[in-house]
Amino acid sequence: MTARARTRRGSAARLGLMALPVAFFALFFAWPVAAIVARGLKTDGGWQFGRIADVVTQPDIRHVLWFTTWQALASTALTLLLALPAAFVFARLDFPGKQVLRAVVTVPFVLPTVVAGSAFLALVGHGGLLDQLWGVRLDTTVWAILLAHVFFNYAVVVRTVGGLWAQLDPRQEEAARMLGASPFAAWRKVTLPALGPAVAAAALMVFLFTFTSFGVVQILGGPTFSTLEVEIYRQTSEVFDLTTAAVLTLVQFAAVGAILGVHAWTVRRRESALRLVDPRLTARRPRGAGQRALLAGVLATVALLLVLPLAVLVRRSLDAPGFGYYRALTRTDGGTFLVAPVHAVWTSLQYAVAATAIAVLIGGLAAAALARRDAGRLVRGFDALLMLPLGVSAVTVGFGFLIALDKPPLDLRQSWILVPLAQALVGAPFVVRTMLPVLRAVDTRLREAAAVLGASPWRVWREIDLPLVRRALLVAAGFAFAVSLGEFGATVFIARPDNPTLPVAVARLLSRPGDLNYGQAMALSTILMVVCAAALLLLERLRTDRTGEF
Amino acid sequence: MLSLQGATVRFGGRPVLDTVDLEVAEHEVVCVLGPSGSGKSTLLRAVAGLQPLDAGRVSLAGRDQGGVPAHQRGVGLMFQDHQLFPQRDVGANVAFGLRMHGVAKGERDARVGELLELVGLPGAARRAVAALSGGEQQRVALARALAPRPRLLMLDEPLGQLDRSLRERLVVELRELFGRLGTTVLAVTHDQGEAFALADRVVVMRDGRIAQSGTPLDVWRRPADAFVARFLGFENVVPATVAGTVADSPWGKLPVPQDAPQGARTLLVRPAGVRLVPADTGLTCTVAARTFKGTHVAVHLQPEDGPRLEAACALRDAPGSGDTVGAEFDADEIVVLD
Repeated sequence: MTARARTRRGSAARLGLMALPVAFFALFFAWPVAAIVARGLKTDGGWQFGRIADVVTQPDIRHVLWFTTWQALASTALTLLLALPAAFVFARLDFPGKQVLRAVVTVPFVLPTVVAGSAFLALVGHGGLLDQLWGVRLDTTVWAILLAHVFFNYAVVVRTVGGLWAQLDPRQEEAARMLGASPFAAWRKVTLPALGPAVAAAALMVFLFTFTSFGVVQILGGPTFSTLEVEIYRQTSEVFDLTTAAVLTLVQFAAVGAILGVHAWTVRRRESALRLVDPRLTARRPRGAGQRALLAGVLATVALLLVLPLAVLVRRSLDAPGFGYYRALTRTDGGTFLVAPVHAVWTSLQYAVAATAIAVLIGGLAAAALARRDAGRLVRGFDALLMLPLGVSAVTVGFGFLIALDKPPLDLRQSWILVPLAQALVGAPFVVRTMLPVLRAVDTRLREAAAVLGASPWRVWREIDLPLVRRALLVAAGFAFAVSLGEFGATVFIARPDNPTLPVAVARLLSRPGDLNYGQAMALSTILMVVCAAALLLLERLRTDRTGEF
Repeated sequence: MLSLQGATVRFGGRPVLDTVDLEVAEHEVVCVLGPSGSGKSTLLRAVAGLQPLDAGRVSLAGRDQGGVPAHQRGVGLMFQDHQLFPQRDVGANVAFGLRMHGVAKGERDARVGELLELVGLPGAARRAVAALSGGEQQRVALARALAPRPRLLMLDEPLGQLDRSLRERLVVELRELFGRLGTTVLAVTHDQGEAFALADRVVVMRDGRIAQSGTPLDVWRRPADAFVARFLGFENVVPATVAGTVADSPWGKLPVPQDAPQGARTLLVRPAGVRLVPADTGLTCTVAARTFKGTHVAVHLQPEDGPRLEAACALRDAPGSGDTVGAEFDADEIVVLD
């Protein structure tokens, strides 16, 4: 066989792997989003692009754009400010309970936005802990949103930056010291430049997540504060102004595309050659007052910002005597739902299992195709495209599902699979991000060694790749599961009213007046938190720091 | 057994393997010797089917291997850094090839035991590969490659990462083992000592081409050209004009053997062929440096005119740095290269 024939066969294998993910994203992502945009911008068979200018020049829309941007910038800055010291503490200090603390820090990242919303409402909202103690309320200010964003994204910075920091060879700094650099100069000249790309990548991820924030702002923003995503939701479900919604979707699409482009660039830069060592070898017991103070500060931040809101949430859910709010969840007489709210737990779990299976299949195939050595430029472009569902309005996707998938040949409006499909769309990028670095790290020569010993390509995958990535696969599945459980933006549109998922039920309870509804929302949020935290703690036992980017 | 005809591999237009012709007979141990980047690893990968050829052909036992994928070629390859499967124990590593060939469990276990015995690691089947020393990993990798009874065994820098004493011991063991098993072997290395100790025949490669092929003794005695001579570690290589039994060189007129080729040539003067004599006879030189080599001292001489000259000298006769000495030459230790 000639080299060309072999290249052709390589492309064929890659195309085979890519076929399913491409079809999936085309059908359940591109098409619904396109349908929404067309519905908003196309009238009488013609495109009305002039409307884009009309919409974005409206004062209230410009206000939304401005707020979305500056709150994302402020959230990112605040998160970096609070989380970078923690990245250092986790990377370079060794202290008792470090593993537990690492898990605690990560829990918020996988918690559903509505849980965070509820928790901060219980802490800083009307009748919240601060209100009771000092009469302080933050839910009418932007601070509630910013703090909730820090709560979520603390782990992104700690993991991305701290993970790399822990693996940087301390001897590089020592070499600089031997050449006459002061400790600070050595850090600034050697460690900081090595960390730079990781800090940039983490900052961009935080910016992306906060720029497209929905659940948190929906619950904590009140009528005053509205991000693009919240505005899209408002325009579609309350004002029924599809044109404005479509334009805002396009604006968000463009912004997210730009952010992801920059992110892909920093990731490539991050792959530059660094001397990496085993993280266990770089951590030392804290020395000197400075390091101890830093450790204490990080512990205090974690306690106040990450643990306290969740503790208050649990406390609130227990306010009624004899687990009253929890017992209320099992009754149907609340009037908010047709079924007992606790039924949502079962619904959510079923959906999440189905969504996880789909996300792992689609994301796993895509990662396998992207990890191939012969991946060309086209495929690498697809790598970035796969991240788009993370940032494109979930609300748009959900509403697009209703519009695009409601007629033959694909009429899924009545099907239960609609919700898991939408959730898998958001989960699949996490699967790809987790699997890809691990698959790429598998030494090609191990595969070659197996082939020379007589293993066919399929046997090579089963005998070499699978055992090495099994752990990453489980971690990816866990992420997809947690993401599916917490998914709110798309699910709120397509979950059937008689069968809400946990986050949808929480949001609906919060939107009703009365202590009983509020208490039930807290109770249901607590249940959701426990399920997600359990899934995560299971993962923490499996994962190593090098597994994936999240 | 193995035959390469015009085998060519290009990376981005640059030939890494350039129309290589090579025959390896059954039971023969051939060692490809060359500096890094000379294409020797690519040669092995091409034979194994891991690297497609851009031109030419590879045949095994008379059958063209074009289009035969790596796992169906029935050759063994021991990788440079062993590439043991980290998640399997020693026994499972050795048994891997047997499993791929559908050998039954009982037979497999027996063969694994037999092979571990053969490589000097009896009873190591349950050990984790991460817990093995470099030398032990090398033995396991050898057992793994031998297990499916490949018709051709290929070794890529088999002893490259081991320390010197272990390397010298293993080379002897390997040589004995291949002799006993009658295995056909194609090995590559950059270490001439290893190649000479291991091989029936040595093939020297340069820039993707074969520079010389012959028995270790032949290659050592008559390097094909200046490149091969320098690669073998000889420093005294100079241009010269040969007329009769005298060569005109930068070091003056040197005696050469009777049947030496005539005309403009390259001259190799072995260090053993440079005799040190009192300063008033022969070529006058200053001793620039001396390095202790265990059995002798290598003395670096700087003539008043011309390039440096290396001489091998018995320990007790070695002059000190800065001394002025004379150098005389021995025709038997001078080779006129083609």
